[in-house]
Amino acid sequence: MEKDYILKLKNVYQKYEDKDFILNNININVSLGEFVTIIGTTGAGKSTLLRIILGAENPYKGQIIMEGVEIKRPNRNIGIVFQKYSLFENRTVMENVALGLYLEHFNLLQSFINYFYKSKRNTEFTKKAEEYLVKVGLIEHANKYPYQLSGGMKQRVAIAQTMIMEPKILLMDEPFGSLDIGTREEMQIFLLEQWKKNKQTVIFVTHDLEEALFLGTRIMVLSPFYIGNDNEGSKIVKDIPIDWPHPRSTKVKHTKEFNVLMESVRHEGLDPQFKQNIKEFDLSHIDSIKNLV
Amino acid sequence: MINFNTRENKKKQFFLSLIPFIALIFIYVFASQMRHAKNPTDKLLPTISEVTQGFKQSAFISDTNGDLKLEIDTIASFKRIGFSMLFILFGVIIGLYMGAITFFDNLFYKFFLFFDKIPALAVLPILFITTGIGEVTKVTLIVVGVAPTIILDTYLRVKAVPQEQIIKAMTLNANRSEIIFRIILPKIFPNILDTIRLNFKAIILFLIAGESLAATVGLGYRIFLVQRYLAMNIIIPYVLWISLFAFLFDWFIRFWINNKFKWFNKEQ
Repeated sequence: MEKDYILKLKNVYQKYEDKDFILNNININVSLGEFVTIIGTTGAGKSTLLRIILGAENPYKGQIIMEGVEIKRPNRNIGIVFQKYSLFENRTVMENVALGLYLEHFNLLQSFINYFYKSKRNTEFTKKAEEYLVKVGLIEHANKYPYQLSGGMKQRVAIAQTMIMEPKILLMDEPFGSLDIGTREEMQIFLLEQWKKNKQTVIFVTHDLEEALFLGTRIMVLSPFYIGNDNEGSKIVKDIPIDWPHPRSTKVKHTKEFNVLMESVRHEGLDPQFKQNIKEFDLSHIDSIKNLV
Repeated sequence: MINFNTRENKKKQFFLSLIPFIALIFIYVFASQMRHAKNPTDKLLPTISEVTQGFKQSAFISDTNGDLKLEIDTIASFKRIGFSMLFILFGVIIGLYMGAITFFDNLFYKFFLFFDKIPALAVLPILFITTGIGEVTKVTLIVVGVAPTIILDTYLRVKAVPQEQIIKAMTLNANRSEIIFRIILPKIFPNILDTIRLNFKAIILFLIAGESLAATVGLGYRIFLVQRYLAMNIIIPYVLWISLFAFLFDWFIRFWINNKFKWFNKEQ
């Protein structure tokens, strides 16, 4: 019997007009609660893949199905955190976090007719936003604007802004790419904590192999380097379950297994010299999520 | 010295900025004295006291109809600017929709791009013929002259909003109107104010052009009326009066932007 996946990508191809293919026959099944990291070299099409999953881009061919429904445009069930521009610079931290709640419940007529109801609801929204700001440890910065925050703080706000909508899937497009090493590790731990608390499905795109291995319960390598490749676009060349237990400490990065796996992925997935024969992608591996349950 | 690694000295800045003004006044007074020494009835460069007298006459002494000329001219010109602003604000809405919705982009972009290239003063005769010499013509002239620039500028500001933020808003359940009016508009509002501020000089220019050709009252009308009598003692206070308003408008908008939109022009 076919397993129920929260997200399925079926034979997804992407190309723009007369240009070469960017993505070539991508097939991915994601289970509920998985933390999937997608790694690839620059230009491999990682962000394109994420935009397709989000519905911000239509694929050239193929389907993206979430809980049986095809995704055609961005919606509140899939949240996203970008590397930049996730926050609205004209809104304070509090306003940014509560924005989704206001947008979801905004009713012009009602807000005019029933001022009391509106203000009561505003209080509810503010309370909920405060809860999320406490979660991300930024409650004391609630009235600041994004330009007054550090890079790490901005990304925490962006995560809270997305989490407050309780999306079924959280997409992250190199969210820590512009942070320094210390802040990046701090944010990685923070993200894993949030993921464990909220039991959300996360798809995390990065070009940092160490980050991908540290965070994911499953790592996929998107690469244009494979046999038969003639500007045909990137394929998933590796899909590896990672069964290190959670909560993870950054110490895991210094273990032998971690480094062996990192070297293997680097060589077989990201090295342009190493080309393997990729058949139709095998989806029969044991989902890493089973290792968590 | 090139502006690099210099510390600001506010007092020094202030006094330096005064120098050109003082120099201009000094040159004027000197030239006026020279001309009056040769010809005491010279009208071309009236003395400061004659200019002051001209201002008093326009501002505080009623004419034969019992009107204070400067007051009625100012009110008439402001009404025209006010009406024009309403249409210009409507233009902002058009620019917003053009930038945000592909249909309106395809429909209007090339049209306004073309319209923007038409010199407004060249269409003035057409306006006179089609709409007469009434208020409509003067307001239309300002709108034709300024609105396309403001529409296109608004359009470009909307286009410059990062796609990420639009996508983000969609994932936060924003519908099309909410994206336009609750995400894009508040974000680009200071830019729009700034564009209107920078175009205010053009608004005044078209106002004066319109009033100079067909009006019975207005700041531009008065300047061109008294020009026939070489009444520089009236023209100079009027020019300064108009400049003062333009300056105050400019200052007010900048003050508004700096104080109300503290996040504006700050790096994300």
